[in-house]
Amino acid sequence: MFRTVAELVEIAEKENIFISEVMIRQEMDVKEKTREEVMAEMEKNLEVMENAIEESLQGVKSVTGLTGGDAVLIQNYMKEKTPLSGQLLLDAVSKAMGTNEVNAAMGTICATPTAGSAGCVPGTLFAVKNQLNPTREQMIRYLFTAGAFGFVVANNAFISGAAGGCQAEVGSAGAMAAAAIVEMAGGTAQQSADAFAMTLKNMLGLVCDPVAGLVEVPCVKRNAGGSALAIVSADMALAGVTSRIPCDEVIGAMYRIGKTMPSALRETGEGGLADTPTGRWLKEKIFG
Amino acid sequence: MKYNSVFDIIGPVMIGPSSSHTAGAARIGKAARNLLGEEPTWAKIHLYESFAKTHKGHGTDFALAGGLLGFETDDPRMDQSLEIAKSKHMDITFMEDTAAVDHPNTARLIVGNDHTQVELVGVSIGGGKVEITELNGFELRLSGNHPALLVMHNDRFGAIASVTTILAKHEINIGHMEVNRKDVGDAALMVIEVDQNIQEIIMRELREAAHITNICTIIS
Repeated sequence: MFRTVAELVEIAEKENIFISEVMIRQEMDVKEKTREEVMAEMEKNLEVMENAIEESLQGVKSVTGLTGGDAVLIQNYMKEKTPLSGQLLLDAVSKAMGTNEVNAAMGTICATPTAGSAGCVPGTLFAVKNQLNPTREQMIRYLFTAGAFGFVVANNAFISGAAGGCQAEVGSAGAMAAAAIVEMAGGTAQQSADAFAMTLKNMLGLVCDPVAGLVEVPCVKRNAGGSALAIVSADMALAGVTSRIPCDEVIGAMYRIGKTMPSALRETGEGGLADTPTGRWLKEKIFG
Repeated sequence: MKYNSVFDIIGPVMIGPSSSHTAGAARIGKAARNLLGEEPTWAKIHLYESFAKTHKGHGTDFALAGGLLGFETDDPRMDQSLEIAKSKHMDITFMEDTAAVDHPNTARLIVGNDHTQVELVGVSIGGGKVEITELNGFELRLSGNHPALLVMHNDRFGAIASVTTILAKHEINIGHMEVNRKDVGDAALMVIEVDQNIQEIIMRELREAAHITNICTIIS
């Protein structure tokens, strides 16, 4: 069983296989399941992600009315204008936000690695797909690659905002997406690790400060940032840019930063944006 | 390793809004229901730290209720659980507790009906994954990497043998086992980690074994 990104990359290189394949084989081994069973289970998750994005593009609204509809706004803008940040990037942003809008509206989503950060991985997948034209199997593999990196983070640091802040959630999710994009685009295992590291480096220190203790503001838009950063980092890695700090050390830094974060900034809704005049006013308005 | 499957990371499929506060909370509620082994009619739930501060906005209340009702994380009735519990006359009280705990997302549940009750501490460690750290005053140390059997029994000779004999008969291998008791002849707990999931037919046999009061499985 791999414990670090370095081990994960080493196995992939030594056996000359994809990172997704390392994860698939480990899952078969640990759970004593066949390849078909493991692939089928992941395809179900893929279908949930696809349905959530479809749902969001019809327009959704959360119970509180704080979030919803932004994914549609962006899609309409993309049809009418030429977006400055490019079609693919903005498509990912829209689909990532859409997924989290569905989550806030009590729709069905797949946690990747958490519900609050569920947009980054599917948002980027269903945007990158339009350019890379992957097979269904490659799309399933995308989720195994993302999962392999998330597996290392979860076991060596944390993936919940309550334990480590938003860097542990959207930071991990965006970085997982970056690694998966690299594999789908034909990059090496090491380039996946570099893309992961470069995304997480830019998310270090990000706090979890949800307004009114909901999973809406700023969670939905943080998924926009996470998915955009994932695509940029993947492109950087594919261009040959490497992370000066090795991936596992970046994860270690994220862990130590999270450990020193005060509880007001770890999913208690007491600090940061939750504690702004507008944040407090919204809480009062919703919960009285 | 706290997490041993890729589906802990990519998954679960769930109704939101938070994997640790909703999906994880539902799983803790469901564990309480399973440990009770019957439909609960009341529950007293203490919430700590992040659970205490955000349970309303994060849906922890309805998720715990959903779990007590036996709902899976993706049950479409999840966000109406509190109303459903009310209609079934299940009396649930939530208390925001300020005591210090090891993990920010911790809940203590005392759950019961008119003739039995169970008390447990559940921790939601992230991404919907949960750990049960305490049962009826016994500290639990589960690796989480293997299915586990929790057997509440009376401290009498032969109680352990009756359980292990049944497991042996069905060729279930024990990887790790701990036995604890409150006092000589008092309530006791066997924690047995096994290599395979235990089928319902074996569970039925175990429930009827001598000196066993309550039994449940935790699937890894």
